[in-house]
Amino acid sequence: MKILKKALPFFAVLLIWELLFRFGLLNEYLLPSPLSVAKAGLALAGSGELFLDLFASVKRVLAGFLAAAVFGLTLGTLSGYGRSLSDAIMPLCEFLRPIPPIAWIPIAILWFGLGDNPAYFIVFIGAFFPIFINSYWGIRESRLMHLNVARNFGASRFLVLTDVLLPGSLPRILHGLRIGLGLGWTSVISAELVGAQSGLGYMIQMNRVMLKTENIIAGMVTIGLAGLLMNYLMLLLEKRLLTWRKDTLRSAETAEA
Amino acid sequence: MIRVTAVSKQYAGGREAALQKASFEVRKGEFFCVLGPSGCGKTTLINIIAGFVKASSGQVLFDGKPVDGPCRDRIVVFQEHNLFDWMSVAANVEFGLKAKGVPAAERCRIAGEFIDLVHLKGFETAYPASLSGGMKQRVALARAMAVDPGCVLMDEPLGSLDSQMRERLQLEIMALWEKTKKTILMVTHDIEEAVFLSDRVALMSKAPGGISEIVNISLPRPRTAAVKATPEFQKLKRELSEKIMGDR
Ligand SMILES: Nc1ncnc2c1ncn2[C@@H]1O[C@H](COP(=O)(O)OP(=O)(O)OP(=O)(O)O)[C@@H](O)[C@H]1O
Ligand SMILES: [Mg+2]
Repeated sequence: MKILKKALPFFAVLLIWELLFRFGLLNEYLLPSPLSVAKAGLALAGSGELFLDLFASVKRVLAGFLAAAVFGLTLGTLSGYGRSLSDAIMPLCEFLRPIPPIAWIPIAILWFGLGDNPAYFIVFIGAFFPIFINSYWGIRESRLMHLNVARNFGASRFLVLTDVLLPGSLPRILHGLRIGLGLGWTSVISAELVGAQSGLGYMIQMNRVMLKTENIIAGMVTIGLAGLLMNYLMLLLEKRLLTWRKDTLRSAETAEA
Repeated sequence: MIRVTAVSKQYAGGREAALQKASFEVRKGEFFCVLGPSGCGKTTLINIIAGFVKASSGQVLFDGKPVDGPCRDRIVVFQEHNLFDWMSVAANVEFGLKAKGVPAAERCRIAGEFIDLVHLKGFETAYPASLSGGMKQRVALARAMAVDPGCVLMDEPLGSLDSQMRERLQLEIMALWEKTKKTILMVTHDIEEAVFLSDRVALMSKAPGGISEIVNISLPRPRTAAVKATPEFQKLKRELSEKIMGDR
């Protein structure tokens, strides 16, 4: 029932789209019918081409995301905990953050050439900031009450970090990771539009040159579906790790009922 | 055990003093209540004795030594829910022991004992979000007692509970005190609660609070809920409320 409700808007869009096409209101070169997009998608999938591009993009996003996660979490946690470090690096971060990942593409190509390396870099840039900022604020906004309790019991700084600050800010950290992965995914596509010879971004760009609109849209649909899946997996992970939260406890109860 | 001498507190930016020359002494093993109206500086007093807040003047001696900073010999049970939400009941109770460096097996044993004492057996793996307000405060009490502190400081621990739950937890706190023989300093605005639990009650005047008088509660122990219906109890209650009224 719930899944039906979620799928309904998709069907509605497809239906309207198909109807507009049937009534001849769409130019086939600008927007082909959903059916021909589906056919093109199946053909691309059947030949394996689509999966090669998908894997190339996924590989890049995972590598860049992993590096951003390790780096962003460490730096965010340390600067959330230590005042002097955050005083030193926050202004720099706030200066770099508004520069969008795509604005880094020219310099990335100059530095790393074409292929995987500039894409890793661009994904890193896109994913790093949400991960860093959210783990920083997660630690920084830990409730004073909890810190006082820990201090009262004479907990060491290390115990405070591992048992109080980190688990307490885990909701925020996981949120940052999910946003980071999403931004990493959009970044890898932009990077591939200009700086790669494989991947979904490269694929839709090439099909523009060849004027194969149905392939472009099939590629875009794949990008959207992959992003949807990644987001879903991250949400699943959040649910698994945050069993203690009120909303998780609630939803577990309603699921049982 | 706790000697508070002319302690005052003026917060930076506060219009008037939050605490004015409070003096009293809590004896070892005693149940001591500080009774005062809302906003008179009760939390400030607890925070100063605990070491979270520095007094502007005056001094607090604990076992003869001046208090400088929090210490696990003086554990606070706060008014607000102060459990670690991400830890199970057992992990919450074990936290203080872990901080103390008690080995895991021993921790588990001690925590089990205190969870038992506050009647939460069977809830060891539950998370705070699934517990009622009263159960949460019981966990906080068990956590405080488990580290075997010299004294427990309670800041209106039952303040956010409904009256029925309040009365039940009063009995539990009393039982805990009788079993552990800990010194307890509790602040509250509830006259009945203070009379029922205490050996002595210190009356705090309206803001800026100081201690205006200390009253002996000579009701016999052990006390049960039935004591609340006795004329002696009613008389003490009336006496205290008159004194508080007279203070206005
Ligand atoms: N950190 C602070 N900075 C400035 N003023 C404060 C601070 N904490 C408390 N105060 C002020 O000091 C006075 C006493 O506050 P306190 O919280 O100690 O009272 P209380 O008796 O515990 O009140 P309640 O019954 O509401 O818990 C109040 O006027 C309050 O506004
Ligand atoms: Mg208070």
